[in-house]
Amino acid sequence: MCNNDRLFAAISSFDVIIVGSGIVGSACARELADAGLNVAVCEESVVGGGATAAGMGHVAVMDDSDAQFALTNYSQRLWWELAPNLPADAEFSGSGSLWVAADDEEMAEVHRKSTYYSARGVAVDVLDSGGVAKAEPNLRRGLAGGLRLPADAVCYAPAAALFLMRGIPLLRGTVTTLTPTGFELSTGVKVSTGAVVLATGVAAYRLAPELPVYPRKGHLLITDRYPGYLNHQVIELGYLKSAHSHDADSVAFNVQPRVTGQLLIGSSRQLGVADPAVENAMLRRMLARAVEYMPGLETLRGIRAWAGFRAATPDNLPLIGRRPGHPNTFIASGHEGLGISTSLATAKLIADELLNRTSAIPRGPYDPARSFDPHA
Amino acid sequence: MIVVVGAGPAGIAAALAANECGRAVTVIDENPAPGGQIWRGDADQRWVVRFRNSGIPLLAGARVVWGDPVSRTLLLELPDGARQIEYETLVIATGSRERFLPFPGWTLPGVFGAGGLQALAKSGLPVQGKNIIVAGTGPLLLAVAAYLRGKGANIRLIAEQTPAASLWPFGWNLAKRPAKSLQGLRLAWDLAGVPYVPASWVVSANGEGRLQSVVLNRRGTVVTEECDYLAIGFGLQPSTELATLLVGPDTLVAATGDAELALLEGRAAGYRAAGNVPKAAAMDPDLRRARAFADELDKTFALRDELRHLADADTIVCRCEDVPLGRLEGKDSFRDAKLHTRCGMGPCQGRICGPALNFLFGWPDTSQRPPILPARIGTLLAEDQGLRE
Repeated sequence: MCNNDRLFAAISSFDVIIVGSGIVGSACARELADAGLNVAVCEESVVGGGATAAGMGHVAVMDDSDAQFALTNYSQRLWWELAPNLPADAEFSGSGSLWVAADDEEMAEVHRKSTYYSARGVAVDVLDSGGVAKAEPNLRRGLAGGLRLPADAVCYAPAAALFLMRGIPLLRGTVTTLTPTGFELSTGVKVSTGAVVLATGVAAYRLAPELPVYPRKGHLLITDRYPGYLNHQVIELGYLKSAHSHDADSVAFNVQPRVTGQLLIGSSRQLGVADPAVENAMLRRMLARAVEYMPGLETLRGIRAWAGFRAATPDNLPLIGRRPGHPNTFIASGHEGLGISTSLATAKLIADELLNRTSAIPRGPYDPARSFDPHA
Repeated sequence: MIVVVGAGPAGIAAALAANECGRAVTVIDENPAPGGQIWRGDADQRWVVRFRNSGIPLLAGARVVWGDPVSRTLLLELPDGARQIEYETLVIATGSRERFLPFPGWTLPGVFGAGGLQALAKSGLPVQGKNIIVAGTGPLLLAVAAYLRGKGANIRLIAEQTPAASLWPFGWNLAKRPAKSLQGLRLAWDLAGVPYVPASWVVSANGEGRLQSVVLNRRGTVVTEECDYLAIGFGLQPSTELATLLVGPDTLVAATGDAELALLEGRAAGYRAAGNVPKAAAMDPDLRRARAFADELDKTFALRDELRHLADADTIVCRCEDVPLGRLEGKDSFRDAKLHTRCGMGPCQGRICGPALNFLFGWPDTSQRPPILPARIGTLLAEDQGLRE
């Protein structure tokens, strides 16, 4: 038995152990520790090493559904409250998002979104063709317009996760089974604890096979440093069509300026692919889409491409709350491409449920016990 | 078609062997001329001459940025565009690069990799009258020192980290190989009068804005030597990126910097690629001997433990991202370091700091992500836009 296992076995006094130290697990640990609970985190690899590291790290407000809006909007407010305390290497930058409309049909969507956000107190600017060109001179000419969300931000999530974890014991181990009083590790060590929060992202189904969480592969490419090339996270409105689609592989133009001056280029979505390798064909499609919108990208140098897995759910909403039939197990997973954005709100909702607190937004839409039958 | 990546001794030998078997061959190299890292521009090397006379096409100035083992294609970046090339059989002869180890001051202007300084001198950097210290380990130090001296440099000394007691048996073995000892004698002649000091290594490089002096541990005594340039060689690191991406992380590639072995390995690979197994097998005795010599070389010039402890907390380990050693405290893997310090995340993708951290902490570098080298996004799109030549 290694020291780590002794630590696990000896200390059975944790009120809560969070399994997984991605941005969601780290945020839950922070929230519960700040609420006065005795908290530890169990991680099999590196803090923030899964989808947290593989993703783009945006803190965005989205309006896919009212429930998605409520969660992202609440969470973004929490991010901005946290921002002044974040260390420099968390690279939090309020660069804002710019959704670009290629044609009149997408421009109609700009106006719809503008109305939706404005009615809910979210600041937006509607830009015309010239406005978009001025905001992002490297976009191709002739776009219909766009919608700017100035409060959207970008961060380097692994560093944010490490910051959230400060002072919280990190226990190394691979959880193989959840038990009524805790869990068992691959080493055979049994750990008992008051409650378990399962924040293992796409791996959630390994420990709770009934959860409707499945992997959705995505590719990204990061460039060398080109400071000043891009001002906002820029996303095509077609992204929504692609993000909604649950069958076909799809790509959408999405490019993000990093604090380092690098550009992070996405995005792709694939279902039913288990191999984490970068796929030539998918990367090409993704980059071709990006070059359509930003022709100058063709001359920039890409230094690294990678792929990762989002934890998708059938209704595009995360699973946050008590695991049905398991009073001491809580689920915080299924955040798809919005794990960074919604991590802080997720942590609040988990803590609210665990501590019987009232939540700032209704928890029902994210309840793991909800029905996923579209016809129900 | 057989495609050979790399126009160093191994690649050229492979191409010549396959050509000899009547197979169509193309050689790809990122440099403008054949010869590899060390012999590029030495037009009088016998094997370079043979290659030039063979008529085998060389795609020079082409960097392999990606490959796909299923469709058997390589994606190349050329100065003026991108190109895809198909192969039936691929010979990867990507050789090696210099290994750097961090010590205080190693990033100062005036501190070079030994091979790097030689290459710079070849392409016109004036070294006439410059005071140069050559330090590190292995026979490459002698070759570089002799070359620089031939260009008019004043070689102050050669600091070899290997103790004399290990060098003598090696020298004795060398004497049993006429070709090697002839090379050795020629070097000894070229370097007559230059102090060759075993059991000595650089402790730090110092200077205001550029290198002015070097602190050496000279057989246990710390001394300061003034100089203009420091040429450092801590051995070679195989460039396995393409092999790892195409074949997988278990691919073994030898890199000894030894041309004789490279020529033999390449020739055997060329015969095998051409399907001529008997010819390849006939080379086994020669290969065994050359590999044994290379192993001896590796053993003799194994890096000493003291070199793991030269860097202090402020010493930069990752040049691309300016990460000092102190930032790596508490990190337990290269991935941990990459994610939380940006070490190894810059344009070189850990090519420099990866091998150094492997030596310092025993961290394996497990991730190999495309592209193999930084590539224009337009290059990565090449397939969609057709073959562009």
